[in-house]
Amino acid sequence: MSLPHLADPAGRYRMIRLIRSFEELALDWVKSGLIVGGTHPYIGQEAVAVGVCAALDPDDQLTSTHRGHGHVLAKGADPARLLAELAGRVGGLNLGRGGSMHAADFSLGILGANGIVGAGAPIAVGAAWASQRLGRPRVVASFFGDGALNQGVLLESLNLASIWRAPVLFVCENNGYATTLPAAAAVGGSARGRAEAFGIPAETVDGMDVEAVRAAAERAVRRARAGGGPSFLECLTYRFEAHHTMERRFRLAYRTAEEVAAWRERDPLALARRAVAAEKIDAIDTEITQLLASASTFAQESAVPDIASADDFLYASGLRPRAGAPA
Amino acid sequence: MSLLSYAKAMNRALSDALERDPAVCVLGEDVGAGLAGLTLGLQQRFGADRVVDTPLSEQAFTSAGIGAALAGMRPVIELQIPSLLFLVFEQLANQAHKFSLMTGGQAKVPLTVVVPGSGSRTGWAGQHSDQPYGLFAHVGIKTLVPATPTDAYGLLSSAIEDDDPVVLFAPAGALGVREDVTAPLAPVPLGAARVHRAGTDVTVLAVGQLVHHALAVAEELADEISVEVLDPRTLYPLDRAALADSLARTGRLVVADDSNRFAGFAAEVLAVAAEDFRLLSPPRRVTRPDGAVLPFALGLDQALQPSREQLRDAIRAVVK
Repeated sequence: MSLPHLADPAGRYRMIRLIRSFEELALDWVKSGLIVGGTHPYIGQEAVAVGVCAALDPDDQLTSTHRGHGHVLAKGADPARLLAELAGRVGGLNLGRGGSMHAADFSLGILGANGIVGAGAPIAVGAAWASQRLGRPRVVASFFGDGALNQGVLLESLNLASIWRAPVLFVCENNGYATTLPAAAAVGGSARGRAEAFGIPAETVDGMDVEAVRAAAERAVRRARAGGGPSFLECLTYRFEAHHTMERRFRLAYRTAEEVAAWRERDPLALARRAVAAEKIDAIDTEITQLLASASTFAQESAVPDIASADDFLYASGLRPRAGAPA
Repeated sequence: MSLLSYAKAMNRALSDALERDPAVCVLGEDVGAGLAGLTLGLQQRFGADRVVDTPLSEQAFTSAGIGAALAGMRPVIELQIPSLLFLVFEQLANQAHKFSLMTGGQAKVPLTVVVPGSGSRTGWAGQHSDQPYGLFAHVGIKTLVPATPTDAYGLLSSAIEDDDPVVLFAPAGALGVREDVTAPLAPVPLGAARVHRAGTDVTVLAVGQLVHHALAVAEELADEISVEVLDPRTLYPLDRAALADSLARTGRLVVADDSNRFAGFAAEVLAVAAEDFRLLSPPRRVTRPDGAVLPFALGLDQALQPSREQLRDAIRAVVK
């Protein structure tokens, strides 16, 4: 049973619209200071998260990245609670303890965004392996960018998944840049070649086209559920925004305006819209506007955490650490 | 009477845990063959899907252990060499340890990492001879250094049942210890120290194999000085109450710690003692030198490790 909210083109368009509008709102909140720190906007890459999650069941899991809001929302997390998390409020998914780079909802199989490039992949392999051991077979999707292609632990993870035939879907969101370094200057060989070297079937798809991503992800998920082990999906995509909100202020010039404009021609939101009737589009857009308005209200009204609780949750066993400056 | 070896005690702890709880599994290099001793026979008994030989990919299989723990298992990772902990410091310090807090308590990572043979194994040189327990204690990971077979059994058993990540260092210098076991083996709670020998003049807080050195020195000095030998067993969280009790009796402190001196575990114990107690004399610590790298040649290797002579001198100095 796939995720019901992504079951048809309208649902997938709606989710792309939600992620896009959510990310725009988050940018505003960073500017206004409601979000302290910053975010890594997912704008431009929405079709990847939505296409992959459309192939997943509710019980399936995922590991995400520093650019994780899209994955978290696509798997079904409450946008109000994600927004509250970004704003460091107790109503947040992580009760304000994780923020943008660690947003997680374990009840939905979202094992967390992650601040370290490539770190989610071996966690996904372990979770997938364990699900088989525990008699609860599920697929784990592991998202990462082209930057992670040069992390040794990712290569180790591909190998481990291959020898264990772990039901993992490795999703490389190749947006062409590891922060500012072009993939062409960073990646020897190819993304797909890395997977194929470990005996993992790999495909490259148009990451701006949610239906293309979904179709490829469904093939991979079917293979995993049938005991065929891991797959690798390279999604060619582009981030329309800066690497993170700090860079936005620096106005760096490592990409040309022409390049950005050319990719914007293939905006995944516009492409997804084509598959949905015009009157439905208006209704969806209106619904998303209202949803985010109420999410904003929820997040702003949610309390900031009590500073006396700063050490809460450090240990699952309840151990309390010694204070930094004992009275 | 039966003499229990250290490796056999850990083997018993693992097999009891595998027997008791289907969520327990063992991952590591050469664990099927049982090269390090503690997994001997376990793969034959529990199967290759619970006692899993991994490729030489420490970072991936340690993180896979984290993923498996997040999914409900209680994995035990064996790392044959203490320096491999440097390779997986990111996985343990930055991932496993932080998941509970960062997720607001949604996640727990009941992962146990065992290093059978930390410290010098005599002649294995610079990259196989470290005692990196202080690093893990520093970042806040529960850190255990059992000195005896029964404590190895008890602490490993408790580590596997604990809901947080735990690193257990089995010191190479204690692996040869055998113990006459009269009572049934039982779990030892984390964070509980053990007084090996009661005394009234000076507390020697000793870690790992140095507990045995401290006991030998205490015996040697018995006519001269009454030495209490306190083994923290768990370095983090430190049993400060046991330290307080002991110092209330003796008022003097020597710490014996086979790790590097600067910012090491012994430094923390001395800081606690200085902050919380009025000692009768300045405390001493016997450690490796600052930033030590053990050289290969036998005499050089031994020259940098805490010796009984240094310990004896330190004890005499604090009671003078």
